[in-house]
Amino acid sequence: MYFAATIAILLTMSLALARALLGPTVFDRVLAVNMFGTKTVLLLSVIAFLYGRPDFLDLALAYALINFIGVLAVLKFVQDYMLRHQDTDL
Amino acid sequence: MVTLFGVFLLTLLVITAFGIVRAQHLFVAVMLSGIFSLQMAAIFFILDAADVALTEAAVGAGVATVLMLGALALTDDRERGPKRHRWAPIVVVSLTTLMVIYATFDKPRLGDPEAPVHQHVAPWYLEETPQLIDIPNVVTAILASFRGYDTLGELFVIFTAGIGVLFLLANPSKRGARSLLPSAEAEGLRHHLVPRVVGRLLVPFIVLFGLYVQFHGDYGPGGGFQAGALISAGFILYALIEGEGTALRAMSFRVLRAMIAGGAVLYVGVGIAGMLFGGNFLDYSVLADNPIAGQHLGILLIEAGVGLTVTGTLLTVFHAFAAREQRR
Amino acid sequence: MEYAIDIASWLLLIAGGVFVFIGGVGALRMPDFYTRMHAASLTDTLGTILILLGIILQAGLSLAAIKLAAITVFLLLTCPTAAYALANAARLSGLTPEPRVSDAEES
Repeated sequence: MYFAATIAILLTMSLALARALLGPTVFDRVLAVNMFGTKTVLLLSVIAFLYGRPDFLDLALAYALINFIGVLAVLKFVQDYMLRHQDTDL
Repeated sequence: MVTLFGVFLLTLLVITAFGIVRAQHLFVAVMLSGIFSLQMAAIFFILDAADVALTEAAVGAGVATVLMLGALALTDDRERGPKRHRWAPIVVVSLTTLMVIYATFDKPRLGDPEAPVHQHVAPWYLEETPQLIDIPNVVTAILASFRGYDTLGELFVIFTAGIGVLFLLANPSKRGARSLLPSAEAEGLRHHLVPRVVGRLLVPFIVLFGLYVQFHGDYGPGGGFQAGALISAGFILYALIEGEGTALRAMSFRVLRAMIAGGAVLYVGVGIAGMLFGGNFLDYSVLADNPIAGQHLGILLIEAGVGLTVTGTLLTVFHAFAAREQRR
Repeated sequence: MEYAIDIASWLLLIAGGVFVFIGGVGALRMPDFYTRMHAASLTDTLGTILILLGIILQAGLSLAAIKLAAITVFLLLTCPTAAYALANAARLSGLTPEPRVSDAEES
């Protein structure tokens, strides 16, 4: 039963990657990175159970925390950049 | 089935790499490299290398993206285009790629039990670790005890990186915290209430989890490097939501320098203590009554040293980039 | 009892997978940043909770279930916050939603 969830998550990761490559504005790309991060957390949790190694859940927990920090940092720097440059098309 | 997932992720990796190379704007390249690190962490995890996956996720996808964005704020943000097409590099790279692919034909298959590494190297470590060191995580045993010199070298690489950054980007602590003007950039995300509340709620848990990873490294994936990255990520979150001034008052440059040096001193100190007690340099067996307790004590102390130096260095680099940007 | 837990777990995992996939499709096909944001963030949080609940049911009462519950709580707190921060940053940087004339008004 974990295979179905894993396949759905992997497909969504590729869709998020497509948005990161395409997105006309920088915020689209940040959105894609955030989505990719959450999907990675899910993938790590599901595969930890797929392998029967629940003690690998520490990685998913660490990554859930790091993802949030990464998105906030990107937003702070992007805001400072926008204040200076006044254009959103990257 | 595992191979299928691995191949799929590797394909995504190649597409991301193309995206990074073709991106003209460096912000885009940095964000795509964040995705690249995430994919690498997932691939390491699928290949059953949990410690490496944890380090890659914590360092590559979190802290490295933040540091690169901080560096970008100080420089040009567009890549200068190539002046003309050059054929020599493409030919060289293609030839090297073909040679490497040809070399992999001779490699043993993934997980092949007949491979030399599974016949000679791995069984020795797997058999000796319960007898000599007696901790469940063999990776930590190898990293901290069997190959302690290598880890000492890695620690000094990180130490040198921290010192290099302190030399190159002039240390603001000489002018004191008064020079940080209360500009919009120094405020961080102060005026954004929702991230501020949630961030404040999370910072103690992130630091606590970092300490858990540090001390749990003997039993599961973890250790000094991962813990250092997590704890510094917690302090970076605090600096992001409360502003540079407050964060530097909480943990000043003096404390960070003490942490960088203190970690290295602790590690080397444990080594010298081994010599003073009658063993060799970095021989932990002589540190306590029986060899196994000595090994546990030694591993605990050196992992603490590694965690201290990694935290100090990552926070120093972050503050050096982020605090410098406000003096422009 | 075992069957009930298994069936519930299957349903939760499949529903979570469906929502996650819908979110991905939405992020790719929606016309504007704010609509993509809406699609991605809502389905992110919901799909995550469903999938993790499905796995918690399989884990039973153990340390793994507590860790999964911790991951669920953290993601429940941080996904909406990240979405808010992102939309706020986009708005403050001047990105405006495109006005769209609906088909009913045109005819």
